[in-house]
Amino acid sequence: MEPEKPEQQETKQLTTGEKSDTGLVQKVRETGAALKERAIEEAKTYKDPQDTQLWKSIFRVSHDRSDPRNRSLAILSNVFLHLHPAKINRDAVRYPFTWGMGGITFYLFIVLTFTGVLLMFYYHPTKADAFKDILYLEHDVPFGKLLRNMHRWAAHLMVITTWLHMFRVVLTGSYKRPREFNWCVGVVLLVLTLLLSFTGYLLPDDQLGFWAVTVGTNMARATPMFGSEGPFGVQLGMTPYNDVRFGLLGGSIVDSNALLRSYIWHCIGIPLVASIFMAVHFWRIRKDGGISGPAPVMLETELKVTKKK
Amino acid sequence: MFLRFFLPRSILEPSSVFRIGSPDDYALGVDTKWQQQYRIWVTKTSDRLFVIYARCTHLGCTPDWKASENKFKCPCHGSGYDSEGIAFEGPAPRPMDRAHVSLDAEGQIVVDVSRLYDWPKGTQGKFEEKGAFIQL
Repeated sequence: MEPEKPEQQETKQLTTGEKSDTGLVQKVRETGAALKERAIEEAKTYKDPQDTQLWKSIFRVSHDRSDPRNRSLAILSNVFLHLHPAKINRDAVRYPFTWGMGGITFYLFIVLTFTGVLLMFYYHPTKADAFKDILYLEHDVPFGKLLRNMHRWAAHLMVITTWLHMFRVVLTGSYKRPREFNWCVGVVLLVLTLLLSFTGYLLPDDQLGFWAVTVGTNMARATPMFGSEGPFGVQLGMTPYNDVRFGLLGGSIVDSNALLRSYIWHCIGIPLVASIFMAVHFWRIRKDGGISGPAPVMLETELKVTKKK
Repeated sequence: MFLRFFLPRSILEPSSVFRIGSPDDYALGVDTKWQQQYRIWVTKTSDRLFVIYARCTHLGCTPDWKASENKFKCPCHGSGYDSEGIAFEGPAPRPMDRAHVSLDAEGQIVVDVSRLYDWPKGTQGKFEEKGAFIQL
């Protein structure tokens, strides 16, 4: 009896295997047909760009334009067409409540970008030319003095308004749930604003900027682990020629490499990152239920958050 | 790899080793003639000659030699040092560092500012080590 058992099992397995094989063939045919249908449908939709997956992922609204509600939603919920939400608590947008500080900060950023690009037409980030170009801008370039002062004062103001915006957010408790993520984005933006301010400091290549950057990067020497004079720096093999300050300056002294590096960070690197964070920052205001109001604009239960019980 | 990119392999900076003449060229006291070129001061006392690296130990500015007050004064945050670079006022945490000095075959002083001798607070300091000064 015992040796026969495996044979019986084998034949059984064969029959079930054959059965499942025929089932599998059918299944493949069915899915194939379904895929074909879907492909045809997709090919049809690609004739209209608004029906594509890409369009929908950006604008997020159903493309069924026969429904008037969808048509208005497509306009109202479009972040490019309506930076502000479609409806808003009127008490929340009073100037005594928001001070308009976030908006002013963004406005200053735009002013800085515009005047900064114009300044770049007359500025060479080299030791031989940088300071001469500043004098040239001040005395010879049409509207150069105005441009430079607009950039300078807007930069000072932007740091101030960023702090005031942050102060307002603290006072109104707007950093609390559900806006805690946006608060963190804002803190990153604050750091980026200060870094923009700092990297711009060296660019005139005058005594003030030179010594400010000397002092600022000497602080980097004391960075734990990555600075040559910081805690555990020496033990990890840090010297003035391979530590974090060296990487920031591109050398061991504030020289032409440092000037070029701060120019690139100031004009390209940090503004690019800051713009991305700003877009997220504004988008999240709407996602989190608009500007926080004196009374809650939206109750917690009304938020579209799937809670774990 | 991304971080490594920002650390250049070679840098075009002034050499850290240079010659500054013989000890007889210097009078007693502080000599500031190399400040602009090499960022050093040469101090000569009755029995020693040493080179102070002209970098404030607070945050790295270059102090000024005030001959009338017989002290170094940092313009950034007001640290004060006596004629031997010993901190006595302001936020500086320690005396200014001294550079390695030696005499070559011609009797010229060879300075190496990449080898510094410091005197951190609460320690014996390295000012008495060989190379921190030239015995006259």
